[in-house]
This record gives sequence, C-alpha cells and structure tokens, in this order.
Amino acid sequence: MSITQEMPEQPAEVRIHNFEEVALGYTEEQAILEAERCLECKKPKCVEGCPVNIDIPGFISSMKEGNFGEAIDVIKRTNTLPAVCGRVCPQEEQCEQLCILGKKSEPISIGRLERFCADREREAGVKDPVVAEPTGKKVAIVGTGPAGLTAASDLAKAGHSVTMFEALHEAGGVLIYGIPEFRLPKAIVKEEVEYIMKLGAELKVGYVIGRIKTLDQLEKEFDAVFLGTGAGLPKFMGIEGENLNGVYSANEFLTRVNLMKAYRFPEYDTPIKRGSNVIVVGGGNVAMDAARSALRLGADEVSIVYRRSDEELPARREEIEHAKEEGIVFRLLTNPVRILEGENMAVNGVECIKMELGEPDDSGRRRPVAVEGSEHVIDADIVIMAIGTSPNPIIFDGSKGLEVTPWGTIVVNEAGMTSLEGVCAGGDAVTGAATVISAMGAGKQAAETINDYLSK
Amino acid sequence: MAYKIIEKRQLVPDVHLMNIEAPDVAAAAKPGQFIILRIDEEGERIPLTIADYDVDKGFVTIIFQEMGKTTKQLAKMASGDELQDFVGPLGKASEIEKIGTVVLVGGGVGIAPIYPQAKAYREIGNKVISIIGARSENLLILEDEMKAASDEVLVATDDGSKGHHGFVTDLVKELLDGDEKIDRVVAIGPPIMMRAVAGVTDPYDVETIVSLNPIMVDGTGMCGGCRVNIGGETKFACVDGPEFNAKDVDFNLLMSRLSLYRKEEMDALEGSKKGCGDECKCQ
Ligand SMILES: Cc1cc2nc3c(=O)[nH]c(=O)nc-3n(C[C@H](O)[C@H](O)[C@H](O)COP(=O)(O)OP(=O)(O)OC[C@H]3O[C@@H](n4cnc5c(N)ncnc54)[C@H](O)[C@@H]3O)c2cc1C
Ligand SMILES: Cc1cc2nc3c(=O)[nH]c(=O)nc-3n(C[C@H](O)[C@H](O)[C@H](O)COP(=O)(O)OP(=O)(O)OC[C@H]3O[C@@H](n4cnc5c(N)ncnc54)[C@H](O)[C@@H]3O)c2cc1C
Ligand code: SF4
Ligand code: FES
Repeated sequence: MSITQEMPEQPAEVRIHNFEEVALGYTEEQAILEAERCLECKKPKCVEGCPVNIDIPGFISSMKEGNFGEAIDVIKRTNTLPAVCGRVCPQEEQCEQLCILGKKSEPISIGRLERFCADREREAGVKDPVVAEPTGKKVAIVGTGPAGLTAASDLAKAGHSVTMFEALHEAGGVLIYGIPEFRLPKAIVKEEVEYIMKLGAELKVGYVIGRIKTLDQLEKEFDAVFLGTGAGLPKFMGIEGENLNGVYSANEFLTRVNLMKAYRFPEYDTPIKRGSNVIVVGGGNVAMDAARSALRLGADEVSIVYRRSDEELPARREEIEHAKEEGIVFRLLTNPVRILEGENMAVNGVECIKMELGEPDDSGRRRPVAVEGSEHVIDADIVIMAIGTSPNPIIFDGSKGLEVTPWGTIVVNEAGMTSLEGVCAGGDAVTGAATVISAMGAGKQAAETINDYLSK
Repeated sequence: MAYKIIEKRQLVPDVHLMNIEAPDVAAAAKPGQFIILRIDEEGERIPLTIADYDVDKGFVTIIFQEMGKTTKQLAKMASGDELQDFVGPLGKASEIEKIGTVVLVGGGVGIAPIYPQAKAYREIGNKVISIIGARSENLLILEDEMKAASDEVLVATDDGSKGHHGFVTDLVKELLDGDEKIDRVVAIGPPIMMRAVAGVTDPYDVETIVSLNPIMVDGTGMCGGCRVNIGGETKFACVDGPEFNAKDVDFNLLMSRLSLYRKEEMDALEGSKKGCGDECKCQ
C-alpha cells in the first residue's frame, strides 16, 4: 500500500523510433490504488505546494470512490488545463515534494492522478461550460500560451467578450511549438483551446501585435488587455561558428518538429536536418526535449553538453531519467568554446572544455570554472543551443509607456497590472522562462485584476 | 482563418502575381515589409515581400517565383481559392525619407519589392531612378508599373534582348560615375546580385541598402533561423531587417545558409511529383 503505482510507459527501445507519448497513463485500478494511499490530511501540505491551490485531497477523495467526474470538477475549479499540467508540471518540486507521505515513504503521484481524471473526462466528452451573463466589456489577450489561455478562460467565464491574438498559426504557445508530442500530445492542447472557444472567446491566429496592430491600438479598441507573450527570443552563446549550417536554436529545432511537423516530412512540407551526431547545449527541459527529438529523428548519437554536474541539471528528474533510458549521452561539466567548420560552412564538430565547480555564485549554485588545457573535440553535424530565451520585444513596437526591465521582462505590480492602466501581463513575459503552472497562476491573477478593474 | 485569392495572373514564365484578401494586413502594411503564408495544414510557412497593397479594397499583392514545392503549389492555385495563413505585415518598414536622388535596383522577382518603395520615395519628393534587370526580355516584370512610379527607368538583360546587354551593376556604376549626385542605392534581388551591387557602390561612399532573404520559420524573432551577420553581429532578419546596410552584410554566410535544405527541398519536390493522385493541385 505504501509505495506508489508505477506509470506504464512505452519501452525505451520502442519509443526512440516514434513520436507517440512516452507515459501511457494509469489504468483505472492503478488510479484508485494510488488514490487510496492518500491520507486526506486535515492540513494538506500538498495544496500549499500547488501554485494554483488545487483542492488535492478533495479530488483524490472522489477518486477513491471511482467518482472521476466529481474529481475533475474539483480540479477544474482552480486549474483549467489539467491534462497539460498532469503531464508537464514539475510536481516533484511542488505538491508532491510537500506531501506528508513523502517523509516516510513515497509521496502520492498527484500529477498522474490529475492526468488520469483529465484524460477520463476527455474520453467521456467534456461537459459544456457555464458562462456568466454578458458584461458588454471587451478584453484582448495577446499570446495564447498557458498564461493567455488561462486568463482568456477565466475572463470568458466571467461574461466578458474575449479576443485572443496569436502570432503563430496555432494557439498554445510553448505547449504547441516547444514541448514535443511524445510528452504532450497536441490533440490535448487543441481540445483545451476548443473548450475556451466554447466559452465564447474568439481566436485570431497569425496576428502579430506590434506589427498588424500596436498595443496602443488594442488599448483603444478594448476595455482591458492581457499580455501573455512569453519569452520566445532565443539566446546564443556568442562563440565562433554559431552561424554555421547545422547550428539551431532549440526554438527553431523544436518549432520545425512540433508546430510544423517536420518529423513527418515530406508528408508535411517543412524540412529539418537529421544529423548523425547531435550535440545539445544546455541542461533544462528544453535541452532534454531537443535531444530526445533529435534521437527520434534518427541520430546515431545525441549528447547533452552541460557545464555543471548532474545534480544541477535544471530539467525535471523524470525527463532526465527518460533521456538516459533512451541512450542520450550526458557530457557534464563540459562547455563548448567553438564550433568547428567543415565543408560548405557546415558544422563539423564542437570544441569543448572541461569544467569544475568552484564557489557558489549569485544564484547559489556552484560556479563552473574552466579547467585549463582540457580542450577536446566532439564530432557533431548538428548543434542545438538550448541555453535560454528572453521575452520577445516585438510587442513593444508602437507602444508608449509600457515599463520593462533591462532584461526585457514586463514590469507588473502584485496584481499583475503593468504601468499602463487596464493592461495586465503575466507568464514568461514577466518572469522570464519559468513553468506552465506559474504562467497559469499569473493568468488567473491577471483575470481577477481585470475583472475588478472592469467592474469599477 | 482563410485568406481568399481574389486575383491571380502570370506575369512572365514562372512568376505570378496574386492579390490576397487580407484587410487588416493591408491596413498596416508599409513598403519593405513581408508576409508569411501557409497554403494548407501540411504546408510550409514561406515568406514573400509585400509588393503592393490596397487599403480600401482590403487586399495585399504578392509576386512570387516558382522555386520549389510550395511556390509551385501556390502557382497552381486560382482566384477564389483560399490560403490557410497569411501573417503580416512582418519586418521593419523601409526608412523612406526625403534625401534627394535614389537609385532603386531590382533583379528578377526583386523588382516586386522595389516597386512600392519607388512609389513611396517619389511621393515625398525624391528623384527616383530605377534599374531593373532580368535574364531575358521575356522574364522582365513590372516594367510599365516601374515606369509610372519612377522618374527614369533603365533596363538590363543578361542576353541583351532588351536594354543594356549585361548586368544591372554596369548601369549602377555608370550612374555613379555620371554627373548626378546619388544619395542612396537600394538593391533587391538574388543574393549574388545584391553582393555585386554592394561591391560596385563600395568605393563611392554612397549609402546602399539591401533586403535579405534568409530561410525563415516564424518571422517574429522566435526561432533564430533567419540569423544573418551584420558588421560582425548576429541579427535576425525577420525583426531587425529585412533591410540592412549592404557594406555590413556577410553575403557568403547568407548564401551558405540558403543552401541548408537543398537536399530536402529536392526530395519534397520529387515526392510531390510521385506520390499524388489525380486530385493533386501541386502539379
Ligand atoms: C521546450 C520547452 C519545454 C518545457 N517544458 C516544461 C515542462 O515540462 N514543465 C513546465 O512547467 N514548463 C516547461 N516549459 C516552460 C513553459 O512552457 C513556459 O514557462 C510557459 O509556456 C510560459 O507560458 P506563457 O503563456 O507565459 O508563454 P508561451 O507559452 O511562451 O506563449 C506565448 C505566446 O505568445 C505569442 N506571442 C508572442 N508575442 C506575440 C505578439 N506580439 N503578438 C501575438 N502573439 C504573440 C507566442 O507566439 C506564443 O504562442 C518548457 C518550455 C520549453 C520551451
Ligand atoms: C523576407 C523575404 C521576402 C521574400 N520575398 C519574396 C518575393 O517577394 N518573391 C519571391 O518569389 N520570393 C521571395 N522570397 C523567397 C521565398 O520565400 C522562397 O523562394 C520560398 O520560400 C521558396 O519556397 P519553395 O518551397 O517553393 O522552395 P524550396 O524548395 O523550399 O526552396 C527553394 C529555394 O528557396 C529558398 N528558400 C527556401 N525556404 C525559404 C524560406 N523560408 N525563406 C527564404 N528562402 C527560402 C532556398 O534558397 C531554397 O534553396 C522572400 C524571402 C524572404 C526571407
Ligand atoms: S499531503 Fe499527500 S497525503 Fe496529504 S492530502 Fe496531500 S496528497 Fe494526500
Ligand atoms: S524567422 Fe524565426 S527568428 Fe526570424
């Protein structure tokens, strides 16, 4: 009774040849067994660890009785994207980390239970939502990542007329263009978007604010605006050879694979380079996703090159484990210094240097220091830079008075309001690259603020 | 969303003009900007310059050359058909100021993007001399339109079938060597041509602007695929450009990056020839 139910998965040797979901989800028996482990604590710690405060013991209690419909209703009171969160939230650092059971044995697999309820509801057909009387107020949502979708959903439910503007041709933000199919099936994101449309929201895709309309114009046309434009601008290291053919930003690589379906080329028209030796620089979720995608595209060897040690890898543990099972090579305490040029200005290898960890830096993590004379060359024909992103500045074109930090993130107060009245912002555009759930939390907060603002 | 093709015309072999119904894009468009379109669900996103726009009628004009899979498929479409996506306007607008005499150089389909610039430069009182070139007379586009939009039009053809026998660069050099003071040169066309124009104007110290066409995906600064080297710095052509000062551009890098998907592009074209049944529109 005391140990957690294992998640059924596609075996590593099978899944590296397809883009289908790795984790298969609990069976009903497993879900109930797992739910039964929950102590339904009087002061549930897990809820404190949840950025949107899902009533965790509440929904798990319904599950114990096999009442999955009730369970999903409880979850949806505070979380509009449970099928997404159940798959990609870093639960091990949030709700599950604080779960009382974790002290003695293993914490409840809250994320997997959440996923189960959401999947169950989807299979059974999602109930039509209840929407408040129209208020006659118009709200514009810019960007349709988790922040924008959450804000849109809450505002539409409150009866406002909501229009979402998305630069790409599909709504979902990183959920669509970044996180691969094998971790988050796109059909799920699409259904979540459709649900929000059912609430009466309008969606304009291929609509770049800052170009087709400025923020100033939106402020005039709408009673309130929410900016959920994310942090999509890729960073490069500034090392020699970074513009050679075969060097991708993780964003480009993943966008080609996910949004444009390059893994199904030539059925889909967008091509991608399928390398034999692929090097991914970085150690976060983005790096894991890029590495595992490259492997699935047929590379012989894919390495993660990361300048700190295993312990500091910022990616979710589960994803690191998955990557290791699949045979991704981890070259830790290693940093690229130069990309080598072969024929036709194409990548031919990466010169790296060994690192060791010194004193802690500002971030509290031990600072990596180069080991002199440890330069070595790793063969590569594709290099993917997954070293971070910053907010995309295009939204600022033609907007006066929107305060931003020197790092390009949008400044907001604790209610989520920017320096412009009636304009809220949230998600990665405010925090820099963070998580799905924190973006959703910000979207919720902003929706509340906008509601208050509009009822004045 | 769907965007209707309201007019389609073949201008010369392999080059077509289309007016696309997209009122919001037309209302915001400026010379120098581009759009990204996608024909259908399986389609690739391809960038094309805005060749003209009509705010009242709500359409945008594109002029494209058949190159590979997508542009060939587009060429098979007819008025009344719809495109799945038509995103724009993208990129920075050209900086069009009153500076005196401007020489606009267009090569091949590159004549299309200089046409709205010719109009805009002339409208605010510049003298516009246009140099347009093609391989042969029967491939020359927009000659009448350019005549209407410019004070003077010079033509060059590689085979001498019309105008100057030779390259547009020869005409640029003649103008620079002449008596008239030239205040700016804008050159748009294949990278080889733009590099050649940059080489010609370099010793004359006249500001020279080119429009770069690297491979793009999103066109909003998100993928970094369109990066170009400008004066030693990495820039994204879709948001920092597409126009840059010619003297700062690393044309070799641009050309090498354009060849990145040559094999895949050939495969796509081959595949589309083989795989499709009778209903296929791409052939
Ligand atoms: C590959 C990858 C893997 C990740 N894995 C995880 C994970 O496992 N777990 C987790 O919690 N987090 C993960 N993250 C982080 C998480 O996805 C982000 O923190 C989250 O998506 C941020 O949400 P957002 O709504 O702020 O912005 P985004 O999801 O970035 O959405 C912003 C949207 O705004 C649009 N936009 C931008 N500018 C404009 C404009 N001017 N006009 C119109 N539209 C515009 C963009 O096209 C985009 O669709 C991952 C991120 C990446 C890139
Ligand atoms: C800002 C910009 C404006 C452009 N304006 C015009 C225009 O007004 N008229 C016109 O005919 N062409 C224009 N192009 C080029 C046009 O985008 C390509 O010809 C088109 O993408 C080719 O697609 P394809 O599938 O038919 O050919 P493919 O088989 O995919 O490619 C053929 C060749 O086209 C180039 N190419 C491929 N994909 C792209 C891409 N996404 N972006 C740029 N080049 C690419 C490559 O050099 C390739 O070798 C422009 C490009 C850019 C970046
Ligand atoms: S802390 Fe753990 S055991 Fe307690 S209610 Fe939350 S999930 Fe159940
Ligand atoms: S096209 Fe993606 S950054 Fe320019």
